[in-house]
Amino acid sequence: MNLAMETKEFYFTYAGAEAPTLKGIDMPIYANKVTALIGPSGCGKSTLLRSWNRIHDVYPGNRYEGEILLYDKEGNEENILSYSKEDELIRLRQRVGMIFQKPTPFPMSIYDNIAYGLRLAGIKNRSELDGRVEKALKGAAIWNEVKDRLKQSAMGLSGGQQQRLCIARAVALKPELLLFDEPTSALDPISTGAIEELVTELKEEVTIAIVTHNMQQASRVSDYTAFMYLGDLIEFGKTEKIFVNPKEKLTEEYITGRFG
Amino acid sequence: MNATQRRRLLLNRAILILSTVAAVIGLVFLFWILTTLLIKGLDSIHWRIFTHDLVEKGLRNLIVGQMILAGVASLIGVPLGLLAGIYLREYGLNSAFARFIRNLSDVMMSAPSIVIGVFIYGILVAPVGGFNGWAGSVALAIMMIPIVVSTTDSMLSLVPQELREAGIALGASKAQVILTIVLKAAKIGLVTGILLAFARVVGETAPLLFTSANNDYFTLNMNQQFPSLTVSIYQLATFPDKPSQDLAWAGSVILTALVLLINLTTRYIFRKRKSK
Ligand SMILES: Nc1ncnc2c1ncn2[C@@H]1O[C@H](COP(=O)(O)OP(=O)(O)OP(=O)(O)O)[C@@H](O)[C@H]1O
Ligand SMILES: [Mg+2]
Repeated sequence: MNLAMETKEFYFTYAGAEAPTLKGIDMPIYANKVTALIGPSGCGKSTLLRSWNRIHDVYPGNRYEGEILLYDKEGNEENILSYSKEDELIRLRQRVGMIFQKPTPFPMSIYDNIAYGLRLAGIKNRSELDGRVEKALKGAAIWNEVKDRLKQSAMGLSGGQQQRLCIARAVALKPELLLFDEPTSALDPISTGAIEELVTELKEEVTIAIVTHNMQQASRVSDYTAFMYLGDLIEFGKTEKIFVNPKEKLTEEYITGRFG
Repeated sequence: MNATQRRRLLLNRAILILSTVAAVIGLVFLFWILTTLLIKGLDSIHWRIFTHDLVEKGLRNLIVGQMILAGVASLIGVPLGLLAGIYLREYGLNSAFARFIRNLSDVMMSAPSIVIGVFIYGILVAPVGGFNGWAGSVALAIMMIPIVVSTTDSMLSLVPQELREAGIALGASKAQVILTIVLKAAKIGLVTGILLAFARVVGETAPLLFTSANNDYFTLNMNQQFPSLTVSIYQLATFPDKPSQDLAWAGSVILTALVLLINLTTRYIFRKRKSK
């Protein structure tokens, strides 16, 4: 099985904090699989996920230690923590996309939302843009709903549509890895179902890591599950294994709802 | 009904009455000013005051001059204010330097306008040997800057942080995120701030008294003394003859209408956003 990313002996300390929030995380992310991150609130799921595309760098003073290796299709690895120049980080974010908890449509047309990242990546040709936008919207299962209103503001879409637009926007860049931080916690059950279905379809093309508080969601969409507790990775394994027969008592207690 | 309830009801009524009285007093003065203005001013407004200059008992050069003074002030003050506001919110945040600038800007906002006028007299009038339009515009610009800084700062703070992160996550640089996402998201608030700053300075007299002074003739040359409605109203009102005083009233009505128009436009723009 191919690796998409590998986190080794990873420590993360927020600016101004005395102790690290993540304390020696070791875990793989396998290519073209869905990996779920679960654990009680405040255990560091978002912190870990946000390290994988170095979005923490938006704020000054945070500290990373250890290694996070990003593998390309040929199996060549790069330690993303060694990046320091802005264009290295930009390239990283084109390879590792991110979807947030609240939908974040930009205040522009639906078309321009999708074209935004493509234009930044240097694609200016009109027909190529049109093609990539259409493909991305189809890939995020929202094309039929928006194809007649591409020039209208994205702010007019429903929450669920906005979230799929954000997925389309990330997919348009053909990333290798997509990070989802509780992407459905602000959505109704029907939109949630649509996003979950989408995640399952997307893994043909792209590796996925998803933070969720919803145990059913984790078991429905993921192939691997990582259980975190107080900044430690307690258990990582195949999702069936984690849910049916966990090694650690803590994992079992969390999954059966005895705390968290 | 028990005693507590009765006391609450009484207190409720008392406060309602007090605040109504306060509102009525405010409104009475406002209407008093407006009706006096209209009664005394409307009579004096003839078509000819828009086509003649002050030297011929008209207001044309004054209206044009006032708009130019405030317009040039905006060209100076708005970019500086916007840039400073962007710096404060997007780069400085809570650093000691940013906090210092923020405080300084707040202090400037409440600086008496006459003091700003005298200051500009010292650096842009006395050294060049005479009143001039540039000095007037710079004085107005100095009044605009803190207003634009503070509205920009607060409007940008309303843009959700996730929007910036989403831009970065798509491979944008920080500057690109600010230029193509954040400013767009805050656009209406920023325009509102600019219009309010304009409305605030377009009716100013004190900063112009020692800077652009006044001019009876039509001019577009800002190296000279420059005509303005506000300074003229001040001067005309002190003349004993009725024609001069009528002209001052007419000028006041026009100025008030102008400021009112800008304020209403601002409200309209803001309302449109809310309903969207
Ligand atoms: N910007 C920050 N500065 C300092 N500490 C932070 C910051 N953000 C989060 N933390 C702390 O880091 C720890 C982990 O937070 P994180 O957001 O990663 O948790 P989480 O597992 O995603 O929780 P939730 O399920 O509630 O989203 C928490 O104790 C939190 O208080
Ligand atoms: Mg979280």
